Amino acid sequence: MKFIFDRDTWQEIYGSIRKNKLRTGITIIGVMWGIFLLVVLLGAARGMENNFNKMFGDFATNSVFIWGQSTSKPFKGFQEGKRIRLKISDANYVRSEIKGIEFVVPRNQSQGFVVNKFKSLTTGVYGDFPLLDKVQKKNLVYGRFINENDIKEKKKVCVINDDIYKQLFDKGEYPIGTYIKINDINYLIIGHYKNKRMGGGPQGGIHIPFTTFQQVYNQGENIGWIMVTAKPNVNIVQVEADAKLLLNNLHKVHPKDGRAFGSFNLGDRIKKITGFLTGMQFLTWFVGIATLIAGVFAIGNILLITVKERTKEIGIRRALGAKPGEIRRQIVLESVFLTMIAGALGIIFGGFVLMIIDTMWGHGEGAALVNPTVNIPVILIAFITLIVLGTLIGLIPAQIAVSVRPIEALRDE
Amino acid sequence: MIKIKKLHKSYPVGKDFLHVLKGIDLHIKEGEFVSIMGSSGSGKSTLLNIVGLLDIHDEGSYYLNGQKIESLDEKKAAILRNKFLGFVFQSFNLISYKTALENVALPLYYKGIGRKERQEIALNYLDKVGLKDWAKHLPNELSGGQKQRVAIARALVANPKVVLADEPTGALDSTTTDSVMELLKDINDEGMTVFVITHEQEVADQTDRIVTLKDGVIISDEITEKGKKTKHYV
Ligand SMILES: Nc1ncnc2c1ncn2[C@@H]1O[C@H](COP(=O)(O)OP(=O)(O)O)[C@@H](O)[C@H]1O
Ligand SMILES: [Mg+2]
Repeated sequence: MKFIFDRDTWQEIYGSIRKNKLRTGITIIGVMWGIFLLVVLLGAARGMENNFNKMFGDFATNSVFIWGQSTSKPFKGFQEGKRIRLKISDANYVRSEIKGIEFVVPRNQSQGFVVNKFKSLTTGVYGDFPLLDKVQKKNLVYGRFINENDIKEKKKVCVINDDIYKQLFDKGEYPIGTYIKINDINYLIIGHYKNKRMGGGPQGGIHIPFTTFQQVYNQGENIGWIMVTAKPNVNIVQVEADAKLLLNNLHKVHPKDGRAFGSFNLGDRIKKITGFLTGMQFLTWFVGIATLIAGVFAIGNILLITVKERTKEIGIRRALGAKPGEIRRQIVLESVFLTMIAGALGIIFGGFVLMIIDTMWGHGEGAALVNPTVNIPVILIAFITLIVLGTLIGLIPAQIAVSVRPIEALRDE
Repeated sequence: MIKIKKLHKSYPVGKDFLHVLKGIDLHIKEGEFVSIMGSSGSGKSTLLNIVGLLDIHDEGSYYLNGQKIESLDEKKAAILRNKFLGFVFQSFNLISYKTALENVALPLYYKGIGRKERQEIALNYLDKVGLKDWAKHLPNELSGGQKQRVAIARALVANPKVVLADEPTGALDSTTTDSVMELLKDINDEGMTVFVITHEQEVADQTDRIVTLKDGVIISDEITEKGKKTKHYV
């Protein structure tokens, strides 16, 4: 291995590269392009994934939303078109009867006209249980989320999101402890959270205790919809089907009636998107590696040509005492050196382009890509693969160089 | 130094074989200055290449410095060439992108000698052939005679036992031919065995012994006037 650190070795390589500047440059570009593509595409795919995780990161994603609609089949004496409303008891049944359930969160929602001093707006108001904070983690800036005590005492308290805060308060104002009017009833603000609104269900930014909602909006046992979260490895599509069948049964709806309950399967939707992202990454690897291999082959090819052109020189060297091993390792090293240079340049350019992508599309609210980066291990694997490929491909011209007998090599013109 | 007995060599030509060397017997002692003459195609280069371990013989025996040469692999051959043999070619065979000094130093590189020492030794030999001031020049900046002198310096640099020269003056005019022959004579005077191919009588006359080849056999082997005065033949 000593020869790798030998100045002469590198001088020899430098000498032969200098003789073929243009051709060397062009072949380097091949490999460079391959690893460049790999870095940029993987970085972009990662950026998309990060963006996705940011959007759903605080969300129990293995979830399905279910709400009542109208029947589409007559059953047990009821006409079709019967209006179906979910009840609190339905939520309890689903939780206890369906296998693999983690949480069932009943929710209600209504429109509210909200006033704070001279500012006002109309928004959705939710009636929520403390459990919501478990399935849609609220990143509270100030205060707290609704608790059991609020539920028990049907308190007139509310938690607002950042959008509502911005519209009702001046910048820097501390909202906790102040009162806002929702449909002419005063509510004490107990929490202010920051998340972007994500997932299914109607829009809105104010949460009040579920029981308060029941009372104020006169809902009785009715609920708007349930959010059913399954345990991580449970098939959410199956849970959705089971839950709907159970609900059909509870509400005396025809078992085959698919319209009585509406649903939005977040888990299934997310699985499709992650599947797409995985596919993207796979494609990236495929394209990148194919390009890399093509590039390395180009380097092998160029070395083959230079070796042919240098036949005579190699013959001279052998007449002067160069052992076949020395000739061979010189050519292999040249190949590895070229692939490494090309790889390093590709990685540097790729990183550079990712930086540009990041500054252009990676910031602000609607950022398409969040933190588009490539892992160091990935880079290392690509780089090592490159070195291995460079070595293997270099062996071909190296073998050809020494397979010519010195006497024939010397005769070459 | 070189002992050849009943040496045969043929080349495959199509389906046939071209029998080039047909039983050569030759013995060259240490310190001799021998030339081979013969018309073109008589097998001179073939013989020299076999002696130089660049090619292998088919039959007969060859001893170099007492060592029997048979079934050599390329690695062993390279080591022996590096250790015992120095080559001078008609077309110089300098490496075009290396300076005169780097060319001369190359055999030392393959001998595993360190860079500094290599350059020192190489510069010494360049000085010996009168080209010290041309050390940093590339071959294409040198005249034919200068190139051949660089090549001779390169052949000598690793301190071989034998210098083999295949028509070293074939590409030179008569003045430079003389200077190159002077140089070879000097080397021989210092004790080096020198083996030269030529088809010029004047060149051959400056050696001590002329071996004449015809159709792959030695037809004469004579001591020259000059040779008769040396210690080998009295
Ligand atoms: N590698 C080879 N293959 C086939 N024939 C060859 C080869 N090398 C030399 N010859 C033939 O062998 C004969 C002797 O060649 P050579 O030794 O070069 O002669 P000289 O050097 O005396 O001119 C020539 O006829 C030449 O064509
Ligand atoms: Mg010849």
